[in-house]
Amino acid sequence: MEQKKLAIIATKGSLDWAYPPFILASTAAALGYEVQIFFTFYGLQLLKKQPELEVTPLGNPGMPMPMGMDKWFPVMGLALPGMQGLMTSMMKQKMKDKGVASIEELRELCQEAEVKFVACQMTVDLFDLDTADFIDGVEYAGAAAFFEFAGESDICLYV
Amino acid sequence: MADQELDASGLNCPLPILRAKKTLNTMASGQVLHIVATDPGSVKDFDAFAKQTGNELMESKEEGGKFHFLIKKS
Repeated sequence: MEQKKLAIIATKGSLDWAYPPFILASTAAALGYEVQIFFTFYGLQLLKKQPELEVTPLGNPGMPMPMGMDKWFPVMGLALPGMQGLMTSMMKQKMKDKGVASIEELRELCQEAEVKFVACQMTVDLFDLDTADFIDGVEYAGAAAFFEFAGESDICLYV
Repeated sequence: MADQELDASGLNCPLPILRAKKTLNTMASGQVLHIVATDPGSVKDFDAFAKQTGNELMESKEEGGKFHFLIKKS
């Protein structure tokens, strides 16, 4: 049986949205898939050696808030300075309590399983990002390179 | 009965599967891995893992609030 392929485009740079690409990629690799993730726009934040990912309750009515905070703090309250930092540390604590892996851990498991990380060169230039801030083992390429792999893939996801 | 033990208690998706895969990589064909997990999702996940990787899920049971799996490496 020929090896199955999974292609993922990771476009988001928040703590919550960092999970789907790395969870799916590491699991697919464990199932024997060949996996490639193309990181573009805010998704490039996921490649930083020290990712400073946060989660925001703003514009996210589906986010469960502890202690009924959404009732006490309507939208204006959630925009208060420090609220994003507070929500981020609460989320991280909750993940730790529930045995959910950290982003760094999942990313490392992906690399161990030979998931290929490709960073969008255009976005790196656009945002003047320093590739020295990124982890090792990342390739830099463009849309055509993504299609070379994605065109042959069995599953292709945009996150 | 089992050649190797893996305690994945307290770990959440996808860690039990990833740890199991990693441990299986170090084992020889025909050897059996015993996994203990607390994640209720792992019941379906180990079934799916076995079907897709060709490793045989010999046993899957709940005992004392924990889930036990026996996987034979293909």
